[in-house]
Amino acid sequence: MRVLAISGSLRRDSHNTALLRAAAERVPAGVELELWDGLKAVPPYDEDDDHESTPAAVTALRSAVAGADAVLIATPEYNHSVPGALKNALDWISRPIATNPLRNKPVAVIGASTGIFGAVWAQAELRKVLSAIGARVVDRELAVGQAAERVGAAVNDQELLAQLGEVVDALVAAVREREAARSAKQPLAA
Amino acid sequence: MSTSTIAAPPGTWRLDKVHSSIAFQVPYLAGAFNGTFREFDGTLDVADDGAALTGVAKVASVDVKDDNLSTHLQSPDFFDAESHPELRFSSDRIALDGESVRVAGEIEIKGVKRTIEATGAAHGPVPNLQGNDSLRLQLTTTIDRTEFGVSWNAELPGGGKALSDAVTILTELYFVKEA
Repeated sequence: MRVLAISGSLRRDSHNTALLRAAAERVPAGVELELWDGLKAVPPYDEDDDHESTPAAVTALRSAVAGADAVLIATPEYNHSVPGALKNALDWISRPIATNPLRNKPVAVIGASTGIFGAVWAQAELRKVLSAIGARVVDRELAVGQAAERVGAAVNDQELLAQLGEVVDALVAAVREREAARSAKQPLAA
Repeated sequence: MSTSTIAAPPGTWRLDKVHSSIAFQVPYLAGAFNGTFREFDGTLDVADDGAALTGVAKVASVDVKDDNLSTHLQSPDFFDAESHPELRFSSDRIALDGESVRVAGEIEIKGVKRTIEATGAAHGPVPNLQGNDSLRLQLTTTIDRTEFGVSWNAELPGGGKALSDAVTILTELYFVKEA
């Protein structure tokens, strides 16, 4: 099973990226978590560009999502909302809506901020956006407040690591549930 | 006037899918939003001691005249078509009173089953152009979509919700008796 991890922060020493690195250490056997680092290269969304010549960074992003069984996103909060670069990348992924690679894909959202609220509003908005795109948004939240103290450059807080492990487990369970539902599909019959 | 079971000759009655329709209507703002299912099937089995109605509609065939919305309806926010590709209905309690009909049965949406009652009108049977008996059932019921986990909504900027929880299902079922 492959999980694609996307950090909404471009900063080198990002707390959110550190959370994802820590998550990579918590995945169960048989699960591989890959940290995607192409966010900065994704240009502003323009439907014309998509029709004429899709940017290489976007094609790479779409195939990374398509090749993953699940996606884990860690988002900071900018002005009470989702960072523009992250939202922009999701807008690219979402087109065309009916066949976009996030459709039905299990996605979990976590977030860290240096304030006390742990990016809860950005996470809520991100869940709304992902639902509109058609993703299977995992009903788990991890709001890491005071990230400068709790996360730093690497996560050593045992309680936080356990919570991170629970989110990863819920995401893996959502993939297994989806696989089970797909194999149990019934044909159209009266 | 007495209530009786359906006044149709015993046998298997197949749904004429071209002349039948399964539609739904959801109030929003000051209007109502309408949709239909293009793919469905149904059977009416009439025996001497009663009748049974079964039907199924394919979620992927929902038609709402807007591709973005149609896609959203397939997603986990609404029907979750991947996990629950079909809507189902079955009833073995069909009561006629003149042309009025009352059908009690079980509806399944998004994997959740609930007992509902639909009411409407029955017409026929009358022979169709091929000489086979045909009959028409017009049935309507209102359900609370949130009971089935079809719970998407959005807060309006001025207060209130974008979409009603109450959904009216309107079916026009035209059956032809098997020869």
